[in-house]
Amino acid sequence: MQEASALTYTDFKSNQSVKWCPGCGDHAILNSVQKAMAELGYSQEEVAVISGIGCSSRFPYYMNAYGFHTIHGRASAVATGVKIANPELKVWQITGDGDALAIGGNHFIHAVRRNIDLNIILFNNQIYGLTKGQYSPTSKKGFVSKTSPFGTIENPFRPGELTIGARGHFFARTIDKELKLTVEVLKEAAKFSGASVVEVLQNCVIYNDRTHEVLTEKGFKEERTIVLRHGQPMLFGKDNDKGLMLDGLNLKVVKLGDNGITEKDILVHDAMNPDPSLHLKLANMEYPDYPVAMGVIRAVPYATYNAELVEQIEAVQAKSKIKSFKDLVFSGDVWEVK
Amino acid sequence: MYLTMMQKTKVIEREEVVVRFSGDSGDGMQLTGSLFSNTSAVYGNDISTFPDFPSEIRAPQGTIGGVSGFQVHIGSGDVHTPGDQTDVLVAMNPAALKANGKFMKPGGILIVDIDSFDEKSIVKAGYQTEDPLAEEHLGDYYVIKVPITSLTKESLKEMGLDAKSILRSKNMFALGLVCWLFNRPLEYTQTYIRNKFAKKPQIVDANLKVLQDGYDYGMILEAVTPSYHIQPADIEKGFYRNLNGNTAVAWGFIAAAEKSGLELFLGSYPITPATEILQELSGRKDLGVKVFQAEDEIAGICSALGASFAGRLALTTTSGPGFALKAEAIGLAVMAELPLVIVDVQRGGPSTGLPTKTEQSDLFQALYGRNGESPAVVIVASTPVNCFDYAYMAAKIAVEHMTPVILLTDGFLANGTQPWRIPDLSEFPAIVPPLVHQKKDGWYAYARDAESLVRGWAVPGTPGLQHRIGGLEKDYFTGALSHDGPNHQKMVDTREAKVQKIADSLPPLEILGNEDADLLVIGWGGTFGHLHTAVARLNEQGYRVAQAHFHYINPMPLNTYEVLKRYKKIVVCELNLGQLAGYLRMKFPDIQYAQFNKVQGLPFTSAELVDNFKKMLED
Repeated sequence: MQEASALTYTDFKSNQSVKWCPGCGDHAILNSVQKAMAELGYSQEEVAVISGIGCSSRFPYYMNAYGFHTIHGRASAVATGVKIANPELKVWQITGDGDALAIGGNHFIHAVRRNIDLNIILFNNQIYGLTKGQYSPTSKKGFVSKTSPFGTIENPFRPGELTIGARGHFFARTIDKELKLTVEVLKEAAKFSGASVVEVLQNCVIYNDRTHEVLTEKGFKEERTIVLRHGQPMLFGKDNDKGLMLDGLNLKVVKLGDNGITEKDILVHDAMNPDPSLHLKLANMEYPDYPVAMGVIRAVPYATYNAELVEQIEAVQAKSKIKSFKDLVFSGDVWEVK
Repeated sequence: MYLTMMQKTKVIEREEVVVRFSGDSGDGMQLTGSLFSNTSAVYGNDISTFPDFPSEIRAPQGTIGGVSGFQVHIGSGDVHTPGDQTDVLVAMNPAALKANGKFMKPGGILIVDIDSFDEKSIVKAGYQTEDPLAEEHLGDYYVIKVPITSLTKESLKEMGLDAKSILRSKNMFALGLVCWLFNRPLEYTQTYIRNKFAKKPQIVDANLKVLQDGYDYGMILEAVTPSYHIQPADIEKGFYRNLNGNTAVAWGFIAAAEKSGLELFLGSYPITPATEILQELSGRKDLGVKVFQAEDEIAGICSALGASFAGRLALTTTSGPGFALKAEAIGLAVMAELPLVIVDVQRGGPSTGLPTKTEQSDLFQALYGRNGESPAVVIVASTPVNCFDYAYMAAKIAVEHMTPVILLTDGFLANGTQPWRIPDLSEFPAIVPPLVHQKKDGWYAYARDAESLVRGWAVPGTPGLQHRIGGLEKDYFTGALSHDGPNHQKMVDTREAKVQKIADSLPPLEILGNEDADLLVIGWGGTFGHLHTAVARLNEQGYRVAQAHFHYINPMPLNTYEVLKRYKKIVVCELNLGQLAGYLRMKFPDIQYAQFNKVQGLPFTSAELVDNFKKMLED
């Protein structure tokens, strides 16, 4: 194979003009996905991009790949069918907080539970954009929108908590503006065999502008977020002088040097620990009490549904006497009329 | 009259006979009925069966709600229905008699387990007096009172079985007795018992003993009761097996997969009375069938649509309520022009309705139950075994025309069995999916065949053919998103025309019975047998009646109008309030249609049809 034949990110761009609002976070995510696919060495024809309905779900139209823009909430179910039918395909599901967690919540949790080998990219802007500004299942309690003029009275879902609660084996978080981190996380998700959920904190410039800005503000983002990497100590801060420790059953933010704390006292991230307790705590950290966790929070290898199905079929085929339609219809009680 | 010991034994030759087994839903009546049916089919009779069971898995014992029945019609000639009325009724308890007495034919034979007719059970069944047999006015019947429970206990007392297992065997006593009554050999049932309980030799011995004792008990009765013999039917040569409608559907798709070279994918969610198709295909991993039991009905169809996008023969199965949930995804299949078969095994509705009872009330849902102009092919099976043929055709039309196809069957067909002549796959037409393998100039995802208007099927994984499809309207030529008004008109017209063009390859609507008739009887789906029997009976009686039965409803056979306009009187018979009649009125408004409708969760009876048609002919 010649190295020169490798595709670049522009090879994954379709001929359709991108119609998201100027300044929408989706543009950056599209670029990150295309870059990740090129770096992963994908070929265009092996990629199937499946989406539901919503702003983010227009995504497949902009990809030079096989794409299916389906119906609201059902992307996980369609993607499941694609992957089971042809496990060779790289199946990426593009979805939003409404599509995946409201109308499609049921399909989402079951795709995760079954560990279908999908890359589920969940754009979380905490708002319904395509219908012009209603609250979503991830909007913070009290959020004022067109359908909650006096503030919402419901608790939001936390996608990481929901994923882990649905027995998910992979959860990562990134933010639209951080292209480098996003590409890194997307590649990890793609390499993970199983349902990989990547929550991308995404900005809706029109209806919920700057909702994640506190996490990206220049000079502060290092203090307000922590990038987790497997095997590395949980350190953060501009000077990398803050860290996470366990205090009883809870996480605690500490400063190196205080009370004699050294790097040795800081937790080391183990994304591969099957016990989800610590992953759940990390995924649930919210600013300002904690830094918000970015990167791969959980990545525990586990058998996928699609692979086990193929194995089961092969095992049954090896044993069964029924090899064809004819064998089937002649098995059991058959009599001849002469 | 009750039997006296004075009557002498005799064997009566009959052309046909209807037997109904009934008891508590835990009494094993479905199995007893099936074994007797299969015994008769193997003997060479034509048969048709009708299981009639409650939706509760175990309704309170001894109540009418818990009665489970299984009716079989056996004949030495063609048998088209499970029969209106029963010649022999087996009632294992008073509730079974109460629920089924009304189905008895005057002069028939009633076999009751007299042990179960204690005061408590009689009250529980809802009888007013202490003598249910008298209350049922059974003066015209042979009533055979057999202490089945105590004889079963007696038979097995040396076996060391627990009381529960002993009671569970009493259905074999009844079966043995009925086999004697019809001079049927026991081998079929004996083999079944040996295979079924191969790992429990004690249960095998017990069941075989009770079966034989039941048969031998008939010998004791011989002095008092005639027995019957039904000659084998004169049927086409070949290999046969019994098949019910649901298994026939499953196998039709297996045949289509093998013939087309496409892998079969089923996405489904359990629902009565369609679940058996899901179960049957789940067991067919040996043939490479991929079955996905989804989290709900919507995921069932959506996963199937995903598999279709990925290039597989995709299928979803359901019944009315689940079909309603699938509507949006069927619309997506219409819009994306992907092949997909949706099987709706109809049951009584609306809402949860009558889950275990039959009805034909989903026709409008199949034709119209979607948003927008959303044409789907609607085809219908009419007998348990031709569920196989129409499943095959549904698959063929779906993949060759890149369209969703809705296959309607019903609870009556799904659970009914008939002997099926095993076909060779070479008897079936080829299935040629319009797969696209290479990019040619001017190829777009929605580029169409000029004649059939069918787009090509470019499957993910094929180099160079990457494309995007979806639920939004697209440009006629490039397939890119388009909200242009005239383009939308063109696309709507094209999708409709594509479906209508399928009619070019459909068989014409056939006229059965007397072509030169005073009355044309129209039906569709599972009512075929009853309509056919009624029409034949009237023609035998000197009336002139024709029958036309629809299997293709959208599109309709090209000669439909030509057939309809030949007859002065037309009656459309349906197990609904007139859905096909309404559809025909819309399509062919210059024709007058009378209706005959029934919505009682039960099939028509040939007798009620005959009565009604006679009235129409005399009017």
